[in-house]
Amino acid sequence: MNPASINLPLANLLALFAGLALAASPHTERLPWWVNGWLALFFSLRIWIATGPRRLPHRAWLVVLAIGGAIGVFLTYRTIFGRDAGVTLLVLLMSLKLLELKVMRDIFVVVYLAYFLALTNFFYSQTMPTAALMLVTVLLISASLVSFNDTSRRLADSLRTAAILLLQASPVMLLLFFLFPRMPGPLWGLPQDAFAGVTGLSDSMTPGTLSNLSQSDAIAFRAKFTGNPPSRRGLYWRGPVFWDFDGKTWRSGFSRLNNDYQLDASGQPFDYEMTLEPHNRNWLFALDLPARIPPQARMTQDYQLLSLPQVRTRSRYLLRSYPQYRASAGAEARDLAIALRLPRNGNPRARALAEQWRANAGTGPDSNAAVVRQGIEFFRNSRFEYTLTPPLLGENTVDEFVFDSKRGFCEHFSSAFAFMMRAANVPARIVTGYQGGELNPVDGYMEIRQADAHAWSEVWSGNDGWLRVDPTALAVPLRVDSGLAAAVPQNSNLPLLMRVDAEWMRSLRFNWNALANKWNQWVLGYNFDRQREMLTLFGMESPDWRSLAILLFWSTAAVIGLTALWLLGRWRRDDPVQRAWTDFCRKLARTGIQRGPGEGPVDFGNRAESALPQRAGIIAAVVALYVQLRYGRDAAQPQARRLRKLVRQFRP
Amino acid sequence: MNLDDTLNSSHAYTFWKWFSRRHQPEKGRIVLVQRRVYVLPTRHGISFALALLLMLVGSINYNLSLGYILTFLLAGMAIVSILHTFRNMAYLIVSGGKTDAVFAGDMAYFDLHVENQRDDMRHAIHAVCEDQRQSANFPGWHVSILRIPVRTARRGWLQLPRVTLETFYPLGMFRAWSYVRPELRALIYPKPDHSPLPLPRPRADNGDAVSTGIGADDFSGLRSYQPSDSPRHIAWKAVARSESMVTKSFLGRASQELILDWGDLPDTLDIEARLSRLTRWVLLAREAGLKYALNIPGAHLELDGGDKHFERCLEALALYEPGQH
Repeated sequence: MNPASINLPLANLLALFAGLALAASPHTERLPWWVNGWLALFFSLRIWIATGPRRLPHRAWLVVLAIGGAIGVFLTYRTIFGRDAGVTLLVLLMSLKLLELKVMRDIFVVVYLAYFLALTNFFYSQTMPTAALMLVTVLLISASLVSFNDTSRRLADSLRTAAILLLQASPVMLLLFFLFPRMPGPLWGLPQDAFAGVTGLSDSMTPGTLSNLSQSDAIAFRAKFTGNPPSRRGLYWRGPVFWDFDGKTWRSGFSRLNNDYQLDASGQPFDYEMTLEPHNRNWLFALDLPARIPPQARMTQDYQLLSLPQVRTRSRYLLRSYPQYRASAGAEARDLAIALRLPRNGNPRARALAEQWRANAGTGPDSNAAVVRQGIEFFRNSRFEYTLTPPLLGENTVDEFVFDSKRGFCEHFSSAFAFMMRAANVPARIVTGYQGGELNPVDGYMEIRQADAHAWSEVWSGNDGWLRVDPTALAVPLRVDSGLAAAVPQNSNLPLLMRVDAEWMRSLRFNWNALANKWNQWVLGYNFDRQREMLTLFGMESPDWRSLAILLFWSTAAVIGLTALWLLGRWRRDDPVQRAWTDFCRKLARTGIQRGPGEGPVDFGNRAESALPQRAGIIAAVVALYVQLRYGRDAAQPQARRLRKLVRQFRP
Repeated sequence: MNLDDTLNSSHAYTFWKWFSRRHQPEKGRIVLVQRRVYVLPTRHGISFALALLLMLVGSINYNLSLGYILTFLLAGMAIVSILHTFRNMAYLIVSGGKTDAVFAGDMAYFDLHVENQRDDMRHAIHAVCEDQRQSANFPGWHVSILRIPVRTARRGWLQLPRVTLETFYPLGMFRAWSYVRPELRALIYPKPDHSPLPLPRPRADNGDAVSTGIGADDFSGLRSYQPSDSPRHIAWKAVARSESMVTKSFLGRASQELILDWGDLPDTLDIEARLSRLTRWVLLAREAGLKYALNIPGAHLELDGGDKHFERCLEALALYEPGQH
């Protein structure tokens, strides 16, 4: 076994601590304040101990601290299991282990903890910057491990060795990554908090829900069209549908599944591939309306596309959508009754206006269409203002928005329109989703961000089924024609990447996003399906795990064998001094001066000097250097270099 | 005898040859070729494998692509480190160097010459011999000397015991090791006891109690140096003046000549105790600058002084073999 007890040089310890600090650094923004304080305290304490011959605290203290830390974690999270509590506990124990760093075994324990801590960062973020940071972390930790295995080296040399190790490990890593059999689902249930903090649409809509999303330039999903994408005003990505309104909040109500879904569609279809970011809900988004639905997905009566499991990993699915369709499902009497339900009181002015529209339209078969037309006219002409910071509304949200403030975001528009339609006895509902999207010219993917979140309404027209009416588009056409940034006033608090003015930033952003998309598609989105897809490219149709394992074994063995040849094959080289001398003799032999089998270098040199008097100086120098290097006391590198140089320049 | 038996016996023979060869000291330069270097994971390597397994399970369960990458990168690093550990040991060339004679009970030091015929340094190579551990780095294209201490117990020739050369570099997860046993022996003198020097005994041949022979008591003059003269009798001041070696000669009143005889020792002493006593006397006589003769069964060393004589006496004592006389 290794010599158990070694001296722990300060530089090596500091490298290890720096690696640990890097591994823990992304966690600090999520950790409770007292844990951050704890970390700072114990790191500085350990460095203070390391900088002088000071004693480490007694083990009893550490036990007390560990119990205290666990209690603290329990009080903070009400559990010591789960993602957040587990990471916190790991960080605490790691910082305590630092105070117990005495022998090689402790170094190993800390190094393994550090690797594990680096891994836990991926629970929260798997972006390229995180990956780069963790690569640096792993390099630093590995270098410190190398430095403890040869304490006489300088840290820079250990860093170089660790970098070489990691470089040589990368072919093995790539093989394992692409060939290691992937599983379609988790091994066991995930903890409750595994997907906390994922942004996206929610299952209810209150004024403010969507405008909050508009602050986020996170990608919601990407779409790649096989042909030309539809124009911007046709890009309505349908998501959750809301039926129930309590005067302030819209909720989904109960949606029935449509088991024999058929779309009554016409016109030119669009084929596209969706890459949906995980949002921990069941909704899949689709350009309305899709004709076929992907496997593992279901369509509801109100045309919501649902995934059976929650979308917890980046998922890809192929869709075909038609821009013209007749949406006649979800129109049974009880559905329409729900689509007319309103709170008993409130918003008297809006109700009065709606009743007036109904009175104008009468009760004929086309009367619903006439009411809708009046509503559309009203929204188009009322000089509404589109803003990310609407004024706070009181009890009668619709009245105050429509008649007083006239400033709002899409949830205000759609909510007010649906309310007034219902008040005028026209069945209406709210649809949320995303509107728009930006085509990345670098890789041809359309990017749809959280800030593109949108809400519109649908009304029941009778014969033509459910029709989309987007009151925001009526009042502020720019929102749909040119996007959010064009529709709101210039000084609005938009996410940086959504602004239209910074042209150079946009091109930078497109390149970055194309790279991020590649990353998502090939690194993060490399799952069970993608693996099968790739293996099919290599001619392996539906491989089972056994043949994958065999392939993996042999290819890894081959790669390691090649590395071994490369690493170990170089030891048969002769001594450079001997090589230079042999070259020198060969050059002389070409001019006819052969070294005799028993002839020593000095005799041979003398003979060569007299045969080639004009080269006597250089021959004498070479022989002298060779003799000194071979038989002298101190054979040093610079002399060997000089000998090689002389022999190389030697022309007999 | 059928074919199987022949095969079996030949395997056994091959094994025996291999086994016995491994335990014989080897002559000349020992090249640590590939099949002499063994590699196995250490305790830390096995625990690292368990840690990686844990990370892999976590990555599978949470479907962490980067978790897979990190796990596989670390696994690849551990696998590649096998090659590096092996390479750090393989093709070192070991040969025996010099040793010095010591007294039993002291540490004997064996010099091993370790040659690294490669450009890069061999890092943190440990040499384990019995309970002693040395550690060294061997720079490229260089012959380094590794000094192996060995505890001595018995007089006589001590062959360097088997030396295990091992290394854990670079990650400590694998151990590459090799056994070397170059033919290299040190002479171990008997351990001296604590007896005083015996009274001088008249030489048996002349029987004269008062001798005017050359002794070490009183300075009587200078004479030219002879190779067997003790360095402590050289007249260094005179040498510095005249540039030729001169020796101070002394006149002894009583006999300054000591006969150290096996037969003079009490019969109660056993052989090793006699050797210890005689060794002690030789040491004391040299310290006092006396001339002494040594008589033991099998070796008779005439009256003399000087380093050569001293060493010859001690060697005779070290190599005394009881049965032969």
